[in-house]
Amino acid sequence: MSATGRPNPYTRNLNAKIAAVPMILTTLVVFVGCSLWTVIYSFSASRALPVNEFVGFAQYERLFRTSRWEQAVENIAIYGVFSLLFSFVVGFVLAALIDQKIRFENTFRTIFLYPFALSFIVTGVVWQWILNPGLGLQETVRSLGFEDFTFDLISNRNTVIFALLIAGIWQGTGFVMVLMLAGLRGIDEDIWKAARVDGIPKWKTYVLVVIPMMRGVLITSLVIVAAGIVKLYDLVVAMTNGGPGIASEVPAKYVYDFMFARANVGQALAASTVMLTTVFIILIPWIYLEYGNRSRKR
Amino acid sequence: MSITADVIPRGPKPRRVMDPGRIMLYSILFVAAVYYLLPLYVMVMTSMKGLPEIRLGQIFAPPVELTFAPWTKAWDTACTGLYCEGLKVGFWNSVKITIPSVIVSILIASVNGYALANWKFKGSEVFFTILIFGSFIPYQVMLYPLVIITRELGIFGSLTGVIFVHTIFGMPILTLLFRNYFASLPEELFKAARVDGAGFWGVFLKILVPMSTPIFMVAVILQVTGIWNDFLFGVVFAGTQNFPMTVQLNNIVNTTQGVKEYNVNMAATILTGAVPLIIYFLSGKYFVRGIAAGAVKG
Repeated sequence: MSATGRPNPYTRNLNAKIAAVPMILTTLVVFVGCSLWTVIYSFSASRALPVNEFVGFAQYERLFRTSRWEQAVENIAIYGVFSLLFSFVVGFVLAALIDQKIRFENTFRTIFLYPFALSFIVTGVVWQWILNPGLGLQETVRSLGFEDFTFDLISNRNTVIFALLIAGIWQGTGFVMVLMLAGLRGIDEDIWKAARVDGIPKWKTYVLVVIPMMRGVLITSLVIVAAGIVKLYDLVVAMTNGGPGIASEVPAKYVYDFMFARANVGQALAASTVMLTTVFIILIPWIYLEYGNRSRKR
Repeated sequence: MSITADVIPRGPKPRRVMDPGRIMLYSILFVAAVYYLLPLYVMVMTSMKGLPEIRLGQIFAPPVELTFAPWTKAWDTACTGLYCEGLKVGFWNSVKITIPSVIVSILIASVNGYALANWKFKGSEVFFTILIFGSFIPYQVMLYPLVIITRELGIFGSLTGVIFVHTIFGMPILTLLFRNYFASLPEELFKAARVDGAGFWGVFLKILVPMSTPIFMVAVILQVTGIWNDFLFGVVFAGTQNFPMTVQLNNIVNTTQGVKEYNVNMAATILTGAVPLIIYFLSGKYFVRGIAAGAVKG
């Protein structure tokens, strides 16, 4: 502030730089530094503690030979595809229905979104109880007279991932709905009028005009939701803890277990590097949208 | 474009006459609402039944004999592994983690967002871009190095440690929120204050903060729900004696020894979900704005 003569480029705007110190440290030390550390040490022979003995891709070779990791990747792939599909279809339909100038709009929106305010732990515990084969939904329907009714997702190795899906979709669809609703409300009313004048049916207007116009919101939401899916951890811990056996194992849990419970840091770091790579791939459409368009406009 | 402005219904009042299409529309919304509310209903009903009644396997039936014993047990004496002191320990731990984390993270991020919006310096945009990218990196990638860093700083396994971590990972979304908000304010305001001789802190404290109550509200709600619902950071960085409520809930529900007390579990679940739920129902509009901040450009 009291700069005399020629301002020193380093002290210019000094207060702003001081204010940004936490951000600079966070980006450099945590986001860049810690990630790089993890990538580098994923090539080491670390066991209980990180060591400086580098062994190339040995950890990765071991990782991809482990059936537990294979199961984790398969699970997150199934979960990811179905979860994206359902939450976006249902989220969009709900948003479109709410957008029809209905009464009690706020009530409906509040009801559809409240699970998103709950933690994954709470979500997992509730659905674990509802899907409990002995005392939950299955038993309730059976006692109504449908003796053969079977809805035992959670204790069956082949279907447990769908139990997680039901819970995850219940928790997350409201979020997608809110984003879609914001996108729909951003569309000019005149578009609708023009479509009505031309006699285009409503559903066709959605598919051919409105959804293409919402490309930006759609891509951003997809990237945010998909990057969140890669992190899936709490829900699994609360609902199945990876079981039965390893049937509902997911990558984030694999990392945690090998890092802290099984004292095999090298494996954990290799697995988390794979997670990091996946997220980067997911981010590509977003980068394209955010930075590609901008440079073209200039 | 802000979300809140757009979610206010537009156009003429809904028509009074119900055509078949409208009836269909409301039916679908109603069925969806029932599906979303059912888990909450089941939670409440189960928590007020005695164990014999639960063993009948009727999760939707309201309690015949109303009891609040599961609630007092969940709060006061439920066992989490070694100790039987109930959820109250976790509740107070969560309070002790959440309040300082919210305050510190918002203080840092608001000043940072202000610097990025009004006092851009060379490289500030680069750091901001890395910060936003960083928010997509799975936590597992940075977990181990952060354990080392917090251990070196002497704050691993303490309240300070977990607050430190929450401040770091709250930074991207909060900074984005504040930066976009401050950037949306008229520039003349800033210039006029500068002409009047206000410096970096003067403009911020005397001009911007007093007119930014809504965005601070959004930030508080976002952070309180986010931090209250956190599981991973609590379990890794807080230390056993400081485990937050989510971790305790998981321990209560998923302990393997003894009889499963589903009513106590559900009471504990409601208690854990109560804080974010109350905040959500009281502040729907701000909550929506907070969660959509990342996806819809301000």
